[in-house]
Amino acid sequence: MPEITMLEAIREALFEEMERDPTVVALGEDIGVYGGAFKVTDGLLAKYGPERVIDTPISETAIVGAACGMSYLGLRPVAEMQFIDFIACCFNQVTNFVAKSHYRCGAPVPMVLRGPSGGGVHGGPFHSANPEMYFVHTPGLKVIYPSTAYDAKGLLKSAIRDNNPVLFFEHKFLYRRVKEEVPKTDYTVPIGKAIVRRQGRDLTILSYAAAVHTALEAAATLAKEGIEAEVIDLRTLLPLDKETILASVKKTNRLLVVHEDTKTGGIAGEIAALVCENAFDHLDAPISRVTGLDTPVPYSPPLEAEFLPSVEKVSVAARELAKY
Amino acid sequence: MQTRLTPEKQVDLYYYMQLNRQLEERLVRLFRQNKVVGGVYSSLGQEGISVGTSYALEARDWLAPMIRNIGALLVKGFKPRDIFTQHMAKVTSPTQGKDGTSHFGDLKVRHVVSPISMLGDLIPVMTGVAMAGRYLGQNIVAMTWIGDGGSSTGAFHEGLNFAATQRAPFVLILENNQWAYSTPVSKQVPLRDLADRAKAYGIASKVVDGNDVLAVYETTKAAVDECRAGRGPILIEAKTMRMKGHAQHDPAEYVPKPMFEFWKSQDPIARYEAYLAENKIWDAKRKAEVDARIERELDEDQRFAEGSPLPSAELAKEGVYCEGCHTVEAQWERAKKEVMPPASCIDAIWKINEFGAFAAKQEHIPRQASTGNGMKPAVQVPASGSAQPVEVDIDKQPALRVPFGRGPKDRAFERERQEKQPPPKHRHRHKGRRR
Ligand SMILES: Cc1ncc(C[n+]2csc(CCOP(=O)(O)OP(=O)(O)O)c2C)c(N)n1
Ligand SMILES: [Mg+2]
Repeated sequence: MPEITMLEAIREALFEEMERDPTVVALGEDIGVYGGAFKVTDGLLAKYGPERVIDTPISETAIVGAACGMSYLGLRPVAEMQFIDFIACCFNQVTNFVAKSHYRCGAPVPMVLRGPSGGGVHGGPFHSANPEMYFVHTPGLKVIYPSTAYDAKGLLKSAIRDNNPVLFFEHKFLYRRVKEEVPKTDYTVPIGKAIVRRQGRDLTILSYAAAVHTALEAAATLAKEGIEAEVIDLRTLLPLDKETILASVKKTNRLLVVHEDTKTGGIAGEIAALVCENAFDHLDAPISRVTGLDTPVPYSPPLEAEFLPSVEKVSVAARELAKY
Repeated sequence: MQTRLTPEKQVDLYYYMQLNRQLEERLVRLFRQNKVVGGVYSSLGQEGISVGTSYALEARDWLAPMIRNIGALLVKGFKPRDIFTQHMAKVTSPTQGKDGTSHFGDLKVRHVVSPISMLGDLIPVMTGVAMAGRYLGQNIVAMTWIGDGGSSTGAFHEGLNFAATQRAPFVLILENNQWAYSTPVSKQVPLRDLADRAKAYGIASKVVDGNDVLAVYETTKAAVDECRAGRGPILIEAKTMRMKGHAQHDPAEYVPKPMFEFWKSQDPIARYEAYLAENKIWDAKRKAEVDARIERELDEDQRFAEGSPLPSAELAKEGVYCEGCHTVEAQWERAKKEVMPPASCIDAIWKINEFGAFAAKQEHIPRQASTGNGMKPAVQVPASGSAQPVEVDIDKQPALRVPFGRGPKDRAFERERQEKQPPPKHRHRHKGRRR
């Protein structure tokens, strides 16, 4: 098995799903001839043609609206946001039209909305966002945010085959930085299942997307100091894998949540409430958070570094927690 | 108005308009009795538009109503009971009480997309419906409606522009009823004819007397036929008047009295009844039969709705996600292999037919006067082979079923390019990865 990047894994998933199922179509800005701003869709147009790979005007509302309409006729459109930040331009279509469709009138919307997200590449305030929580707060959507190439491919396939609208966040810092062996054979990764990335007994570090790698690095450092952290990758934020979260907390009795998204209203708060409701008696320490700052993502490298969670910040918080 | 409709179908139009009106009158009474949970949005005076436009569609076609398009739902085969129960939030309603008014649909049989309150959003959605129908080879037309006020939303522009670039078989009916809630149309749109919005997208448009149901039908039918032939999308402005307030709660005191009086004289049902009598399409006996049928149907369905229970509370939790309750199936009416490799494979390069330079000699694109610009865009195409930059007439471009790089225009361009000296660098070649 060859090693491929997360970006290539996503591309493979698109190729394989379009090959498997002619109802799968792709649309977005510059995705066809150019192959997408990050080249995720490179080669799709040449193989599947302009009826299935549609270069659209710069109209996010039209992209999502049209994808929704297509799905009503049984297609499975995969719509791209050139940068996920632009999803703000079609917030209404996503949260009012798409998300509520099945609940209020029984019309499923089997579409995927995917795009590059996250910071760490000096994209500045409009090309670095992590807007996942707006959508985690929207019943009717599913929200996926993978951290590995294998998961990205398997989860994107699951997303395309799902009968519900799925938002698929692709952390652009990871696009070409994470690499692993990914099967050429057809496989899927289930939506709504977290995974334990590292076993530990002293505390649980819950994370997702690029921050998983920060957490793993911190865990390796901590291990040298005798602190065994369990690292869990949520992978799916909606629906949340409550079982895996609670089982780990019950085992380690200490919880640190690490995410790149801003702190206020980030998923760490939701997880803290979940754990308090269901496993309060198991906690030996207050729940701790290491997150992005409550600011826009700044542009200049030292500012952005200050914004982002780091191995150092996670290690400090984990040590505090372990000795509490 | 000349029509090809049989006398029977002409009476049918009356039936639907009157059913629409009488149904809404009953809704108002139910509202006053506190039996309607939410609001009632009257389409009084606009029935000819809902009915005349939707009547031009075939069973396979798709529509999405707006809130004043109950008439279109009736034409598509929904029953008065569906509308009664929706307004009364009963468990027997199409949404089981989860949504109200005209917010319901049926993807499988009637091909109706449920609207949402946010104005304009249906336009991109129905563009997608039209594109998917074409992709699957179904030869359908998609239709929705928008108000004069709603035509100022971003979704309207994004949707119609996208539909235009895709040549989508999509008919958009712009119901200019002079008011958007309390705001007159002049404060919404600085145009005499809102159909002129179509010029911005290079698509055809029409203006029609919205209170003349036959004119509405004929205009829409022609537009539907054009769209089916691959010459969509088309915008139709229907001039009319909202004869009540925005909804039941609004007495519309901001509307000048003479304006109501003028439009009262234009009532679409009264006008149509006179037409039917004058042209001997019906007689008093036939009219009495139709009216009696309407009363009978409404009595029965109102009884059904009033006797229906409200939903039980547990239902609130159900149905956020599709967990196998619905199957998603596409109805293919073309061979799937047409959209699979090798048939789908192309050279992933742009062919640029015009270089976009300022054309000094060319007059500015002539536009017709503002009374609607007819079925054809006003853009004229210079003879091909001219050395001047060529104005692209999207009407003449191949419909999207022809992958670009293979259409007749592209072949002509290729030939011309080979005959003459090498063109300036204009192609952005990107080597698509072939697999
Ligand atoms: C995007 C959006 N903004 C505001 C509203 C509130 N609203 C509902 S109807 C309406 C007036 C609509 O006027 P028009 O589009 O002319 O339709 P009409 O009511 O005349 O049929 C307004 C402001 C809405 N539904 N959607
Ligand atoms: Mg209006």
